Amino acid sequence: MESVLGRYRNLVILVGVLFLQMLGLAVQVKRSNDTEHTRLIRVWAVDVITPFERVLIWAQNGTGNLWHSYLYLRGVRAENRQLKDQIEQLRLEQVRLNEDAVQAHRLQAVLAFKEQYISRTVAAQVIGSSGSDSSRLLYIDKGEDQGLKRDMAVITADGIVGKVLQVFPSVSQVLLINDQSSGVGTILEKSRLQGFLKGTATGEVVLEGVMSDEQVTTGERVLTSGGDQIFPKGLPVGTVTNVGTGKDLFLNIQIKPAVNLGKLEEVLVVVERQERQAQTADVGRVRAADILAQRLPSVPDKPATVTNSPTTVPAGTVAAPKAASPKPAPAGGEAVAKQPVKSPSGGVVAGSKPPSTAATQPKPATAPVEPPVKADPPKVDPAKVGPAKVDPAKVDPATTDPQDSPH
Amino acid sequence: MPITYTSGGQVEVYRFSLPVTVGVPLLALFLQAFLPRRFPGFAVYLDLPLLVTIYFAMARRNPISGLFTGAVIGLLQDMLGHNPIGIYGIAKTMVGYLASSLGVKLDVENAGARFLLTLGFYFIHSAVWFTVARGMVSLTQNWSWSRGLLAGLANAFLGVILYFFLDKFKQRA
Repeated sequence: MESVLGRYRNLVILVGVLFLQMLGLAVQVKRSNDTEHTRLIRVWAVDVITPFERVLIWAQNGTGNLWHSYLYLRGVRAENRQLKDQIEQLRLEQVRLNEDAVQAHRLQAVLAFKEQYISRTVAAQVIGSSGSDSSRLLYIDKGEDQGLKRDMAVITADGIVGKVLQVFPSVSQVLLINDQSSGVGTILEKSRLQGFLKGTATGEVVLEGVMSDEQVTTGERVLTSGGDQIFPKGLPVGTVTNVGTGKDLFLNIQIKPAVNLGKLEEVLVVVERQERQAQTADVGRVRAADILAQRLPSVPDKPATVTNSPTTVPAGTVAAPKAASPKPAPAGGEAVAKQPVKSPSGGVVAGSKPPSTAATQPKPATAPVEPPVKADPPKVDPAKVGPAKVDPAKVDPATTDPQDSPH
Repeated sequence: MPITYTSGGQVEVYRFSLPVTVGVPLLALFLQAFLPRRFPGFAVYLDLPLLVTIYFAMARRNPISGLFTGAVIGLLQDMLGHNPIGIYGIAKTMVGYLASSLGVKLDVENAGARFLLTLGFYFIHSAVWFTVARGMVSLTQNWSWSRGLLAGLANAFLGVILYFFLDKFKQRA
């Protein structure tokens, strides 16, 4: 017996080592893949590898910052100017979106909706990965010490990334949405069809659970539905790239993630969410025209111009503010300015109106934009010109309604 | 006298110092986890821990040493992922054992032999990995021959270069 064992010693040891590993695997599988049971040994591996990653990232960032912040400053002034312009445009856009948001809140309150707010996030840096395409996860440089817990949502400004899978003292594992074991509750933006997002073995992302008799078009955006209790509702997930027939009466919908999952550097972990009843509390309204008034002091204070007819105020044509303090439009109204100013969305800013009138009209500024028709004084019929013909609300950038358009 | 791990008793058997024995596998694991952050396709096509396992196993020419090297490196690789621990462990144990067993019988010093052996061991590793992943853990994995062949060639090519550098650290036993 001893001679047999001695002769096949290598083989016996091989079988023994393989058997032990298989036994360990079987135990883990029996425990339904619960990673908590192997947490301790995973901590060892993470503690061995991640310090090197952190040091390397730190050195990489330090070098990069030194170069970009102090040495390579070419074009920074021009970029700064561009960014300032962009901020101006975004501020105006924000005003318009605020209007939409206020209206949406009002409707939600009417329907007694509960809203979810992301009240606190922690920014984290991606320091590594699993190193295997069968396990699509990331390591981030924040952990228990920073208040992270399992199943917290991980997002970027572009969309969702994944969820926190394991938390170690100063490092966490993030399971990406393209991993096979991930699942996200989603909703299609236009058709409002619900499904769940899953990763495949090849790293693609598919939407499952949509019946084959439904109409789904490519290019449609996919948002989180909030049904998984991990991701807040309404976050971008991706866009539909391909729709085909799948198994068991369901569609096979392929999704392109909104976030480039292969090139992530920084992410946000949603550490706190609030759920509260929607409220209709009036927020102080700021009109785009008011912002323009602050930003465009060079726009001259124009006297009232007689217009030829009410149709000279096209939908989307918005009132231009006066340089310092907007004044109410004089009797006779003014609809067209001689120096129209382009609004951020391509609309034309014209005339002026009192700010107080805007607050009375809660319509969103989504009107199509058309250039103003130039006034032609000789054809003007004074009888047709009057305040009643020019509704100030129609020329307000924040309240223009496409339905009001005379065209 | 540095602490070394050698097979002993065989012709052309090599040994490595403790820092190399510990540091090289750890460096391989670190790079395998770190580089996909910059090069997303890295983890799909290249397996540095596998190359290190093959190299140490072939150089030491001791099956027991080879299988333990493979087991440790494989288990560490498993620990960095979220799948059950042992899939890579089993695959690399097999590769470590076979590479060292073959190293006893074949000349594994020239680049051509190293290229072919690495290519072969890559496929053995993939076969064992897929069998365990599908058979024991029920992971859904699709094998693509084109991608597998490309990955095998990439690993074999990188392996030849890597082994050339690692040869600098080996000491005759």
